[in-house]
Amino acid sequence: MGKYMTSVLGWVDQRFPLTSNLKAHLTEYYAPKNFNFWYFFGSLALLVLVLQILTGIFLTMNYKPDADLAFASVEYIMRDVSWGWLIRYMHSTGASMFFVVVYLHMFRGLIYGSYRNPRELIWLFGVGIFLVLMGEAFFGYLLPWGQMSYWGAQVIINLFASIPFIGPDVALWLRGDYTVSDATLNRFFAFHVIALPLVLLGLVVAHIIALHEVGSNNPDGVEIKKNKDPVTHIPLDGIPFHPYYTVKDIVGVTVFLIVFSAVLFFAPEMGGYFLEANNFIPADPLKTPAHIAPVWYFTPYYSILRAVPPIMNSQFPGVAAMGLSVVIFALLPWLDRSPVKSIRYRGNLYKSWLAAFVVSFIVLGYLGTKPSNVWGTFGADVAILGGADVATVVARIFTLVYFLFFVLMPWYSSRDKTKAVPERVTA
Amino acid sequence: MANQVDTNRRRFLIAATGAAGGVAATAVALPFVGSMLPSERAKAAGAPVEVDVSKIEPGAMITEEWRGKPVWIVNRTQEMLDALAKNNDNLSDPMLQVTSQQPDYCNNPDRSIKSNMLVLVGICTHLGCSPSPKLQPGNDMGADWTGGFFCPCHGSKFDLAGRVFKGSPAPVNLVVPPHKYISDGLLVVGVDAQGEA
Repeated sequence: MGKYMTSVLGWVDQRFPLTSNLKAHLTEYYAPKNFNFWYFFGSLALLVLVLQILTGIFLTMNYKPDADLAFASVEYIMRDVSWGWLIRYMHSTGASMFFVVVYLHMFRGLIYGSYRNPRELIWLFGVGIFLVLMGEAFFGYLLPWGQMSYWGAQVIINLFASIPFIGPDVALWLRGDYTVSDATLNRFFAFHVIALPLVLLGLVVAHIIALHEVGSNNPDGVEIKKNKDPVTHIPLDGIPFHPYYTVKDIVGVTVFLIVFSAVLFFAPEMGGYFLEANNFIPADPLKTPAHIAPVWYFTPYYSILRAVPPIMNSQFPGVAAMGLSVVIFALLPWLDRSPVKSIRYRGNLYKSWLAAFVVSFIVLGYLGTKPSNVWGTFGADVAILGGADVATVVARIFTLVYFLFFVLMPWYSSRDKTKAVPERVTA
Repeated sequence: MANQVDTNRRRFLIAATGAAGGVAATAVALPFVGSMLPSERAKAAGAPVEVDVSKIEPGAMITEEWRGKPVWIVNRTQEMLDALAKNNDNLSDPMLQVTSQQPDYCNNPDRSIKSNMLVLVGICTHLGCSPSPKLQPGNDMGADWTGGFFCPCHGSKFDLAGRVFKGSPAPVNLVVPPHKYISDGLLVVGVDAQGEA
């Protein structure tokens, strides 16, 4: 039997680089031995991607991308299709969990300097994945054709309408109609199920190829390729990805699936954060819900949009600030001038800025889920701020902190007091 | 000599092939981009709509649909019209300087053809939500409120001529669509003396 398998494998290997690829990417891909908790989220993101594609395929078997039929077809999936509710809730929960995992994955990159030389391209592909993921989430959210789907899309498309001069025509072109309509739904369906998934898969492959070319970073930010065994040329601090990290990742997958299942079976709407209540009402182009807010993963950027006041009768500055708040991540490899990569060897200056950034992100995220008068207004007796929404002022302050984290990084990262980085990774 | 590569010729051919290919690719992209514009059916559905406004009670509002957008028609009372001027100090553009927001024949203090009959596209100029009518003075909008519209999305406020209040995220006044009266009580939205919108 073993001999037979070997000869089949040999036959394949002469015609397709199967064994050599398995070696290059799994059994002889040497990853640093000191990976910790934060290194679960890359493989988990891959797992959620597979889940989304799988559940998405089965959802398209019953979903109808037609403004007259879409809402009812989703309810049909929920009520009448065998296991339809499970597949739909897996897809909707998966969307939010995708962002949970990706945000933690990005945070890992931040704290351990994984975007630094020589991993700039891995980071750029990653930012691309993040952007496409946001597009996927936005296009997908219109498909149930509920009130939130409809008005969310209306607001986002109108962001483009604020571009000077060409904006209104761009918005008309994106919608394919004078308002969000059947034409819009149909094309969003095409983007959601074909165009963006293809781009996403391509970017994921590029992300992993680039990673395996330069090798993984680690919590110490030490390059393990600098210390190789003189005979085997294997990094002294490296261990084969398979079986060591495949087995470690099984533990991560198990814990993740427990959390995932808990949400899926006990709180699929997550109190309105994963699926908003207004989206269980069919889209009504003539009536905006009393309070509209994006899904939680968009709310930090949405807060920034709201925080920037219109300038010269144009809301474009707010829109530009929102766009910038997302793409500015791409500049990190060139903004960070610290001599060390990992937070373990950085000083308090960087740590303080990172903490301020995390707090800003969370506060902006929270405020984005609430109406702008959630914290009331300043009394008329308060100087300058009298009558202003408290939450708007807070959002403006944190928007400033958010951007200063990036803009001042060349300054504070180079002037920070760093510790000596060890030659080899630490346990 | 026969085996020598003419690099100039090669460079020219590469550039020419690249340029021709680029032109061809752009030409092929145009129909794809164009296919995303509104179809003939969508354009036809955007045709003008006729509205019978003779039965709107003074102080009442009806909502009609034009191009999938809500169009509000408010039969303003004399008190409502009188209150408009009081807001001027608190408005971003009380004198209608942003002329794109209304046709020239509505560039007047009431922003209307017949002074009582307000016709507005009910879409907030901020990000396209549909504001809620708060036609009566006072109530939940505070004691200073003289009647108008409130956008629930981001809190923009408009008066009963669709003019935006200062401090609102909406940058400009609500749009008055092109419209005309074909008889005393019959309004057409989407067309005026200059033709169709």
